[in-house]
Amino acid sequence: MNKIAVQVDDLTVAYNYKPVLWDIDLEIPEGVLMAIVGPNGAGKSTLIKAILGILNPIAGSIRIYGKPYTKQRDLVAYVPQKGSVDWDFPTTALDVVTMGTYGSLGWIKRPRQKEKKAALEALEKVGMLPFKNRQISQLSGGQQQRIFLARALVQNASIYFMDEPFQGVDATTEIAIINILKELRKAGKTVIVVHHDLQTVPEYFDWVTFLNVKKIATGPVKDIFNDDNLTKTYGINYKVSIQE
Amino acid sequence: MDLQEYFSLVFSDYTLRTITLGTAILGAVCGMLGSFAVLRKQSLLGDAISHAALPGIAIAFLLTGAKESNVLLIGALISGLIGTFWIRGIITKTHLKSDTALGLILSLFFGVGMLLLTFIQKQPNANQAGLDKYLFGQAATLVESDVWLMAFVTGICLIILLLFWKEFKLLLFDADFTKTLGFNTKFIDILITSFIVLAIVLGLQTVGVVLMSAMLLAPAAAARQWTNSLGVMVLLAAFFGAFSGVLGTAISASQNNLSTGPVIVLVAGVFVLFSFIFSPSRGLLFRQLRFLKNRRDLELHKTLAFMYQIAETHENISHPHAIKILNNFHGFTRSTLQKLVKKNLVSLEGNMWSLTEDGFKTASNLYNQQTKEDE
Repeated sequence: MNKIAVQVDDLTVAYNYKPVLWDIDLEIPEGVLMAIVGPNGAGKSTLIKAILGILNPIAGSIRIYGKPYTKQRDLVAYVPQKGSVDWDFPTTALDVVTMGTYGSLGWIKRPRQKEKKAALEALEKVGMLPFKNRQISQLSGGQQQRIFLARALVQNASIYFMDEPFQGVDATTEIAIINILKELRKAGKTVIVVHHDLQTVPEYFDWVTFLNVKKIATGPVKDIFNDDNLTKTYGINYKVSIQE
Repeated sequence: MDLQEYFSLVFSDYTLRTITLGTAILGAVCGMLGSFAVLRKQSLLGDAISHAALPGIAIAFLLTGAKESNVLLIGALISGLIGTFWIRGIITKTHLKSDTALGLILSLFFGVGMLLLTFIQKQPNANQAGLDKYLFGQAATLVESDVWLMAFVTGICLIILLLFWKEFKLLLFDADFTKTLGFNTKFIDILITSFIVLAIVLGLQTVGVVLMSAMLLAPAAAARQWTNSLGVMVLLAAFFGAFSGVLGTAISASQNNLSTGPVIVLVAGVFVLFSFIFSPSRGLLFRQLRFLKNRRDLELHKTLAFMYQIAETHENISHPHAIKILNNFHGFTRSTLQKLVKKNLVSLEGNMWSLTEDGFKTASNLYNQQTKEDE
């Protein structure tokens, strides 16, 4: 088996009184394209946010290639939910993508030619180069999602966390995005995606984690993506036909 | 004194120059920082902070007996900061939404402030007169040292803004992402908020507790209408703010009995109104005009397309047809027909219309385009 890219031990997170995540142990091997699936309120986004240090967990430890996240930020990129920001913010597509370089720049230093070039390349990769100077509110939902993806690509990381990148995008964009994700995997990167559409799991992903407050199962799609785990996760009798 | 006289005096008269400079600097710094408040959707924060500053002024007076603005403003700064961080605490630690927390702190602090003010006014010593100027502001009481202080704070604010521009922008747009990149979001947040508090406190003497938030919001709201770039927005807001300050001072100085603070706020309000209506990309006027033009164009195309469908069935494309067969469902109105005639796409004869050669060609292209886009 490959190296462990992300290791989560005993992770518990609560917002108020009720735990959102309970005692999660999770090992994500390097180089997988993994879906996190589960019903609404299962803690999928919370899991990602806890791994990335956006939320303070009650208990547990998180390791990125064996070290704490704060030491490994350069290795990690993040695509938040599209709805988490105000798209009427006065800025352009290129500017948003350039924000992906801010982490490696550090405090105070401004992006220069090199950073701009990287941003333009990322825009090219997601097919958004013609829109680089477009005000972001004038982009469609799918285009905004591509901009977010480009911003993560600029981070040039080893592990990518994406929170529902397929939400509200049309079929063309979905295919374009999944192709980019598969390319990332081919380049040896680890990609972790919060995903809603169960039908496409076997087609898009090779690794899957079932989550509903507790971890139900994690492993290769071909081994564990079955009715049993789906029922355990979603609480009703679930039937999906899996192509053999 | 009329406006002309004012502008000839503003460079020579000490008092006028001081006040004008003061309101201009205040307007500029409030406009800059207001942009951040507006974009963070914390517009009400300014209102809460300014009201929260009132008890600080009263307590500073009670403790020291001094009426120097610097002493009182330090009191205002402390109680403004306490109010602000209390609001933040309520939002993060309870279920209350930010508007509730803001409203709560605003009225609580303002109530305490008013209580203390009335208490002070009932005291026998004559020193207490004039504290109520902090309620509605009194620009006439500005002295040179006040303006220096404003200029100093504005300068620091400008330096901080230029240094941390990238970080500010990032936090405003996407706070979670900022955190994952390793920036200390709490630090950036406190930096912005502290400067907003500072700017508000500086403005209390001039504009007063009640109207201060307008100084913060109005220039920024107006500026947002004209640009899609954060940098330009901040610059424009500073300019609008400074201009409102100067013009407001000029108007109030040239008329009797118009107090400066409210006039400045009204001038800024006019900027907002003007921007909301006349901004080319976001303004109501041009948006409505674009909408109407678009609609008319589409009506025209729809009518032409329908005519084309009919004309197509005849060997002679210019075969006349009755106007009666056109109807509103196809975008037809008297005026669309007139316009088509004017464009030489259709010719009219009595109650009959016919497509011209040109009209047929235009319509066929139109029609092809439409169906291609539909596919």
